[in-house]
Order: sequence, then C-alpha cells, then structure tokens
Amino acid sequence: MKIEDILKERILVLDGAMGTMIQRHKLEEADFRGERLKDHPHPLKGNNDLLSITRPDIIKDIHRQYFEAGADMVETNTFGSTRIAQADYHLEFLVYEINYQSAKIAKEVAEEFTAREPHKPRFVAGSMGPTTKLASMSPDVNNPGFRAVTYDELVEAFKEQAKGLIDGGADALLLETITDTLNVKAALFAIQELFEEKGKQLPVMVSGTITDASGRILSGQTAEAFLISVSHVPLLSIGFNCALGASALRPYLKVLHERAPFFVSAYPNAGLPNEFGHYDQSPEQMAKEVEEYLKEGLVNIVGGCCGSTPDHIRKIAEAAKKYKPREVAVEHA
Amino acid sequence: MPKYLQLSGLEAVTITPNSNFINIGERTNVTGSAKFLKLIKEDKFEEALEVALDQVRGGAQVIDVNMDEGMLDSKAAMVKFLNLMAAEPEIAVVPVMIDSSKWEVIEAGLKCLQGKGIVNSISLKSGEEDFIRQAKLVKKYGAAVVVMAFDEQGQADTYDRRISICKRAYDILVERVKFPPQDIIFDPNIFPVATGIEEHRNYALDFFRATKWIRENLPHAHVSGGVSNVSFSFRGNQKVREAMHAAFLYYAIQYGMDMGIVNPTMLEVYDEIEKELLDKVEDVLLNRRDDATERLLEYAEKVKGSGKKKEVEDEWRKGTVEGRITHALVKGIIDYIDLDTEEARVKYGKPLNVIEGPLMAGMNVVGDLFGAGKMFLPQVVKSARVMKKSVAYLEPFLQEEKRKNNSADKAAAKILLATVKGDVHDIGKNIVGVVLACNNYDIVDLGVMVPTEKIIEAAKREKVDAVGLSGLITPSLDEMVAVAKEMQREKLELPLLIGGATTSRIHTAVKIDPVYEGPVVHVLDASRSVPVASELINIQTRESFKQRVKEEYKALRTDHASRQQSKNYITLEEARNNRTKIDWNTTSYTKPSFVGRKEFIDYPLEEIRKYIDWTPFFQTWMLAGRYPGILNDSVVGVEAKKLFNDANNMLDDIVKNKSLQANGIIAFYPAENKADDVLLYKSENDSKSFASFHFLRQQNKKAQNLPNFCLADFISPEKGKDYFGMFAVTAGLGLEKLLEKHKANHDDYSDIMAKALADRLAEAFAECLHEKVRKELWGYAKDENLTNEQLIGEEYKGIRPAPGYPACPDHTEKKLLFQLLEAENVGITLTESYAMYPGASVSGFYFSHPNAKYFGLGKIEKDQVVDYAKRKGMDVAEIEKWLAPNLSYDI
Repeated sequence: MKIEDILKERILVLDGAMGTMIQRHKLEEADFRGERLKDHPHPLKGNNDLLSITRPDIIKDIHRQYFEAGADMVETNTFGSTRIAQADYHLEFLVYEINYQSAKIAKEVAEEFTAREPHKPRFVAGSMGPTTKLASMSPDVNNPGFRAVTYDELVEAFKEQAKGLIDGGADALLLETITDTLNVKAALFAIQELFEEKGKQLPVMVSGTITDASGRILSGQTAEAFLISVSHVPLLSIGFNCALGASALRPYLKVLHERAPFFVSAYPNAGLPNEFGHYDQSPEQMAKEVEEYLKEGLVNIVGGCCGSTPDHIRKIAEAAKKYKPREVAVEHA
Repeated sequence: MPKYLQLSGLEAVTITPNSNFINIGERTNVTGSAKFLKLIKEDKFEEALEVALDQVRGGAQVIDVNMDEGMLDSKAAMVKFLNLMAAEPEIAVVPVMIDSSKWEVIEAGLKCLQGKGIVNSISLKSGEEDFIRQAKLVKKYGAAVVVMAFDEQGQADTYDRRISICKRAYDILVERVKFPPQDIIFDPNIFPVATGIEEHRNYALDFFRATKWIRENLPHAHVSGGVSNVSFSFRGNQKVREAMHAAFLYYAIQYGMDMGIVNPTMLEVYDEIEKELLDKVEDVLLNRRDDATERLLEYAEKVKGSGKKKEVEDEWRKGTVEGRITHALVKGIIDYIDLDTEEARVKYGKPLNVIEGPLMAGMNVVGDLFGAGKMFLPQVVKSARVMKKSVAYLEPFLQEEKRKNNSADKAAAKILLATVKGDVHDIGKNIVGVVLACNNYDIVDLGVMVPTEKIIEAAKREKVDAVGLSGLITPSLDEMVAVAKEMQREKLELPLLIGGATTSRIHTAVKIDPVYEGPVVHVLDASRSVPVASELINIQTRESFKQRVKEEYKALRTDHASRQQSKNYITLEEARNNRTKIDWNTTSYTKPSFVGRKEFIDYPLEEIRKYIDWTPFFQTWMLAGRYPGILNDSVVGVEAKKLFNDANNMLDDIVKNKSLQANGIIAFYPAENKADDVLLYKSENDSKSFASFHFLRQQNKKAQNLPNFCLADFISPEKGKDYFGMFAVTAGLGLEKLLEKHKANHDDYSDIMAKALADRLAEAFAECLHEKVRKELWGYAKDENLTNEQLIGEEYKGIRPAPGYPACPDHTEKKLLFQLLEAENVGITLTESYAMYPGASVSGFYFSHPNAKYFGLGKIEKDQVVDYAKRKGMDVAEIEKWLAPNLSYDI
C-alpha cells in the first residue's frame, strides 16, 4: 500500500523527537566515536546523526519505540547530515554513509513491523534539516548583502544527502524545520535533479518552522508566501513543525488547510521550552491540543517534534484514530 | 482549486480575475533609468535600494530588476542587488521580476529569491531547444515566466505574428514542458507610437487586439508589457508621456492586459487627464485620424513640463528629534539618521547621552514590537543597522571626548562577545557590543555560531578581560553551559556574562554558575551590561561583586530546588531505594557533651547581635539589595544607611535596658534511622526508643546520581551510635511591652523596627547557639572558624532544618519537638495551629553528619502521604490538609 493511498483514508502518524530520546542515554564522547572514529581529531559528542553508524542499536531502538507507540512513519536520524552541518565536526567525508546507514536501519525496523502487522505498513521518511546556514539572510548586520552559503553549495549538499537516503531505502524525503525558504528551494532543486538522474521519484514532504509571534518563518515569509514559494514541486505534503507548541500552530495550519493543494502535516513541539530549555508538556496535554485541529479537519499527518516521546505519540495516535483526514481540494498530483 | 497566478516575496500575491491591474515597478532598470544606472556604476547600492523602496511605497506590487548594460558585470550586479533587496523587508515584501536578456544573469538571480518571482524573459528567439531547456529550468527553480513575442525570425510587430508566436510558445510550454499555464505571462511587445513612421501607426491597436486574443484563446495565461515604451518619442515631456501611459493602460486593461511594467509613482489618473490632451493621445493610440501624430506633437510643445510625482508621506519628519529617531529605528530608515543624530548630539550635550537616551529608547520600542509579533526578524536587523549608523556618526565625537578626558591612554578593557554554536541570532549581542564600545570597552566580536574552542582560544589569544555569550534559541542554553564547563576545565577565571532572549537569571544560577568558579552574571539587557562589566573588571570591586552574585545565585538555586515541580514522580519505594548514600562504616560519630535538655535563660544580647544577618532586615523594609553593599547603593543607599543607624541605636537601647530577653533550650538524644523515621533513645544502651520523628522524602524523578533526599537519611541506621539534636530559641520576650510604648507614642516606625529587630535577634540567636553546639556542646566541629558571612552562607558542617520549612514542611512535628524540649519552661509555646509564641522564635533539629544538607521536599505522591499518616497515627485527610502545598495531586 502506498503512502498516498493511506493518506486518503486516514490520518498518518509520524514519530516524535529523536534528540530528546537520545539525551536519555547520557552518551559520552566515546559512544559517538565508536571504534571507527576513535582517532578523529575533533570532538564528536553531540553529533546525534553519527550514532546511526556508531550506536545503531540505540537509534533502532528509538525507531522501534515509536512504531510500537503507533507511528506509521519514522524519520531517519539525519536532521544534520549535510556536509554543511557536518563541517562543524569535520565529518564531510562521512555524509553519504550516515544518510545511507540511517535510512537502512530505519527501514529494517519498519520492515520488521510491517511483516508483523501487514495491515499497517510502516514507512521511513528521510529527514533533511535546513543546514546551519541561511541562504537569504546575512549573518553580518553590517554587511546585509553577504551570504554564508550559496544556492549551488546547498544544492550540492542536499543532493548528496538525498542520494544517501534514497539508496538506503527511505520511502519519502522530508525537508523539515525550514527557517529560510531559499534553503528548501535549493533542496527541492537538488531532489528534482536527482529524481531525473535516477529515473525514480519519491514522495516529497516539506515542513516549515514559524519561529516567533509575528507568524513568519525566520527569513520573514508568511505561511502563505511560504506555501506559494514551494508549490512548483508536486509535494506529498506541506506543513509546520517545531518552534511553537501545538495550539500556537493552529492559525498557520488553517492557512495551509485553505490553500494547499497537498496533504497538510503538523508535528509541533511538546509545548514551549521552560526557562531551562526543557519541554514539559505531558502526553495528554499535547494530544489534547493536537486533537483540536484533528477535530477541525485541518491536517492529514500528525506527529511530534522537540520534547515529544513515544508516550506523546501514543496519545496522539489514539486521538488520530478518532477523526477523518482533511480533504485535499485538488486531487494530489 | 482554481488556476491563479501566485507569486511571493515575504508576502503572497495572488492574481485572480477580480484582481486590479498589477503594477510592476520599472525604475530599478539600468536600461530604462539613467539615474539607476549611474548609482549601480558608481557602486552606490545603498542609494540604488532607495529607488526600489520608492517604487514599493509608490504602489509597485512586483519589482522589475534589470542590470543589462555593456559596462556592467550584469550577473554580479544582479546578485548583489537582489541580496541587498532581500535584507530590506519593506522591499522584500513584494515578488521580484528578474529582467535580463542573458540566461546566465537570470539563473544567477533565481538563486537569490526565496519567494516565487518572475523571469523576464524567455522566447523562441534561438529556437525551440533553448526555449524548452530554459523553461524547464524556470519551472525547476520555481518561478513564473514572461514570454516575449519573439521567434527565430525576430520580434513580432503585427497582430498576426504576435498571436501565432504566442500560441506556439504556449503549446510548447503547456504540452511539452508541463509548465503551469497560469504561470505564463505573454509580452506581445509594446512599441513606440507617434514616431512619424507610417508602419508604427497601428502598434498600440495591434497590441490591444493581440492581448484580447491571448486572453481569450490561451487559457490562464496573462499579458504584460513595458508601458513606457509606447511614449518613447516624447522623451523629456513627462506630462504627455504620463497621459499616454494612462490612456494606453486604460484601453489595454479593457482588452485584457492584467499587469505591466510601469513607474507606479508617476501614474496619471485617466479621468484627470486634460480633455484636450486626452483626445489627442487617444487619436494616436487608436489610430483615429491621419494627422494624430502631428497634432499631439504640436500640443506637446505647449505643455512641456514636469509630470507628477506622488508625495511620499514624510509627516514623521515634523516630530521631535526623539520621535524621529524612534521612527527611523522602527521603520529602518537610514536617510536622515545622521541629521537627527547630530541634532540629538547638540541637544543632549554628550554623544554617550544620545546613545543611552533616544537611541536606547528607540531600540526598546523595537524590542517591544518584536516581542509582540508586530515586527519580524529581518525588520529588526534593519533597525540594528540604523542604530549602528547613528553610533558610527557619533564615533568621532566619542573619541574626542575620550581624548579630552584623557581616558585614551588608559588601555581599554577588552570584552569578547559571541553568539554560541548553533545560533545565528546576534542583534542583542551587537547592541551590547555597541553600548559597551561606547563606554570605552574594546570589543572582540567573534560573530555568530561560534564553537566553544574558538571562544576559549580567542579569549586567551586576545587576553580579554571578560567573555559575553549570547543566544536566542533554547539549545543555546546548553551550549552556554558547555562553554562555562570548558572555561572551568581550562582554569580561566574570567568573568562570564550571559545574555539573550532565552537566557534567564534562574537558568544562569542553576545551570551555569555551578559549573564555573569564575564570576558568572546574567545580564538582563544591554543597558545593564555597562555597570556589570565595570564592576567585574575593576580590580577593587571584582571580588566583592563576584561573591555577592555567587551568593545570590546560590540562594536562587536553593529556592528553585525547593519549588521544583517536576511532573515526573516515582513511587515511595523507588524513592527510598534512591536514598542519600552515606558510608556509615567510615563515619566518625561524636558524642555530645550531654544527653538530655539544657536551658539558656537571658542569653547576652551583646553576644547575639554579632550574628545578625542584616539582608532580610532590609527586605522587611522593602529595600532590595544585600548587606553591606546596600549601604552604598546608588538608589537606596542613603535610605538604607539611615535605617541601619536607627536600628543600631534601638539595639543599643534594647541591650542596655534589657528590654528584650533571649531564652533557648536544646536537647540531644541517641538516635537511629529506620526507613524515614528517626527513633530516639534515652541512652545508648536502651533497647526501646521513647519517641520518634517522622520525615518526608522527595519523590520527584531525579537526574542520574542525585538522591531522593529525606532528613532521616542523615542519621545512622546502626543503633547506639549516632545522635540527634533539637532546639527552640526566642528573642521576643518583652517585645509586647516595648511595642506598647511605641504604640502609645503613635510611633509606627519604631513599632515596625522593634518587631523586625526581635525577629533578627531570634534568628541570630539560633545561629549563635548552633555554632556553640557545633564547637562545644555537641562538639563535632571543634576547629570551626567561620566569619559571619560564611555562617550566613551556611558553610558550616551539619544543618539545623526547621519544621514547617522546605526540608520538613510538616508543622505538626513541632508538637513532639516542643514536648521533648519542654519549651514552655523557657517561655515558648505553640498555638493551636502550631505557630510559635512569641513570634520572634525559631525551632528545629540538629543533624551533625558532614553530608547533611538543606533541600526542598518538593511535591509528594499519595502513596507517601498514606504511609506518613500511618506512621504518625493521623488521618490521611488531616495530613493532606497540613501538606497541601506539597501534594502532587489535588485533594
């Protein structure tokens, strides 16, 4: 059964936070390095994506927990796996492999579950984060025309990432936590090129992030402008994740609901971080807020971002069962 | 969903059949504007941006940018200008039309647009293959496209050629490239009329008719054109040109043209064109009479003059200088900032006053608007730029002032600033940098996303005097902790300043301060950065400031821990399994000098007063600040000093007249820990305990290696080895009589003062007695030698928690405590609600173990409440009433 077909029938459930789950393991530098990188000359602690290679047991277990909680689709552990982001760790040479392995291990777990419950196939979305650099904003106030990264560099980096994810067995690509639309446009350009080269297409999902009370993404676009800017590609879904808690996302999801010719997704944080940067919204509270827009029929795909756990996803999955998915105004391309 | 053309800049533009005509601003075009060309050629991009801004303010809904000029590096100029436009939110709000005849310029431009723009243009000029390749790329980049009526034979100049080329291009795009038809905009060529050349007479009419045909026969496609071409032969005569544009558009729109490249600031309204001029213009456009051109030329000779320019509202220029500066900051207008800054400088006398006055005030407005969601980040960045420009203007004056004050020869203190790794936000940091620089600090700004190693390395290399970290997103909080840890590892002692939107005093106190031994201070906003930096860097104030802040943060931590409401609780059994681990085998026990009770009657007040902690005394009087610093505080110092003197005068009186009496009682008993209780024995060898105290255990889920505290854990589980102490003291005996005297004199001030002093004396007595207990009476810390500050900072060994306070919040335990102490013998009793009388009294327990520490119980679960009620032999409901603030559940 294809993702598109399932989406027409019911609300699809994504997984929750990866980082929050990894943090529970209190890993040390040695865990990140493994045998493979024990002599790497730069610190690697905090490079969560690397764990797909050095501690795949942990990552697989997290995927497993989310599938068990009721997720239909998990995201690969590759949010920062571009050569731009991995440059911080001097691991550019490992980028393809991280993406490949991350997709591979996620797919293994997905297949395990699909074999067990053939009526509920499980999927893997290749997670592609925004990188650490913005293409349409200058990091230097005094030099507004300066750009820390070029479109061509982004295209190259995203292409390499997408290639690893596809080769590793991802079922879809998910461009997420978008703070600058030009970054995601470069990613979409790269993906289109790659699809042409491979003669094979995967569903593409896009998810932006609204960072402050102005209701815009970091680079200044409104929700509607963001939608228009990425609509040239026949997306599987468009939505928002991260930044604000579930309730705060509602008005922007409404914009997408009214105007998007694609399925709409939402996977917010578990509330807002407290003054220590911790998320303390309980699974019940979060599910209750998410349920508000399920009730209104605003979305097709739900899940959780920062701070959410398998317990949150379990509650959200329970809520999602009760409602019909949003109807897409135009038949999906 | 209908097929409408949708475009975007920072905001969305949707063109529906009901939309008004779309004005595409034409002035940012080097081929059409000599002024714009000059600015670009001279590299005056900032001024060139003003042209774009002027177009948007004048009503352009899309901005056309063209850099096609032989002498320019068109590609570089296009990229530079588009990147600069992206940083101007008021311009970036609208979509961009990238206008070039060179594909490489178009492609470079497309790589700069986060929104969906328009490519202007592609055509069949070099054949189908090129056309298809370019169209595919435009689609892949995500833009709409203008298709010129141009083919291998050349530009279409007749009605038939216009429609046949457009039809051919449309079919290729829609059928072969699968280009969305609503994203196709045809430009069927607007050519000049009234040129005197016979063949040109029908140009306008042909355009109109072709437009109509396209709109009727090529579904969803749009029609645009460069309107000012039509009046080319009347260059220099704005009045006629504007009339021609207005009339041309009037007809073209009726025929179906729905967008056009125009100068929106110079559009005449059709109805306002003089009748005579309009007639003559229409004769030309519609080719109504043979002598139309001659008649218009003749008329034009008479009306030579400038056209009309829409006034851009500049009402705000009429306000006060402060108002103008704020307006400029909020709107990000740099045009007048030098002028206004100069005016403010003269008005305020000193350049620094301008920065700390109107500029900071304006930035505060910006901050408020941002917080309220009324401004967004790119706008705030622009505000920061205006701020910088203003400060740059003031810079020479600041230098001059420094020179005059001879402060230049004093090497300026160096402060390193950085936005931590993973975070790109630096507005706050930049403002702090500006403010500090204005105050004679030398700033080493490492920029954004700075990794820890780089911060440490630069701090050492530059020999800075302090490090400032900034961040806006929550992961930055952890990053700051990481930097602090690394600074500790490197044994740096530099002051560390923490700032930025997500940072907080409490986070700094709880997470950062404990990992770094050097001074750590949370700086609320830029205005606070100067006093903090100066206190930390000045050698004379540094140590005392550091101690003050360290103490303050420590108190915050304790307070925080006690209020910590973790939502995760564990069972009582799990919590008991995670008790404080004390190795009792290696514990050396000290037997107190006596077992049983000992009274202290009329304890010397001279002795007690030395132990007073004055800080809470000032708090009673609503004066914020710590003693002794508060006495010299710039705001409350005078008041605090007066109060302090009055207090000491009254104390002198009290001591001299013995108007208050201090009594106390302490007791020690052999003790044994069982579960969460402490069992007391009359003697070490007794087999049966005669009383037991019941304690409560923390039940919130703890981080690794942190125990779930319970006071009972600090007593040995081995019978006959350990001891437990208790005490009650008062300094309130005689207070009522004293108060009566002041009441009679209606002296409220002395009344409050006396009460406050009695409270302080009671606390001081408890402190004094505790010291005596540690050093002599119990004697487990005979060598202790602590200053009063250290005592207040609780640096002593062992603790004296009081029932009703965070570690043991149950007031009802006082009943047993008072019974065992026989406290009424020394004049202290309990009321029905377990309050002590006199009020100026303190009671509690003594624990001697070096691992014993103060903690807050936090919330507990029902299982413990039930267990506790059973242990105490009380009703669960009764216990729940007393422990209401500590219950994790609702009753």
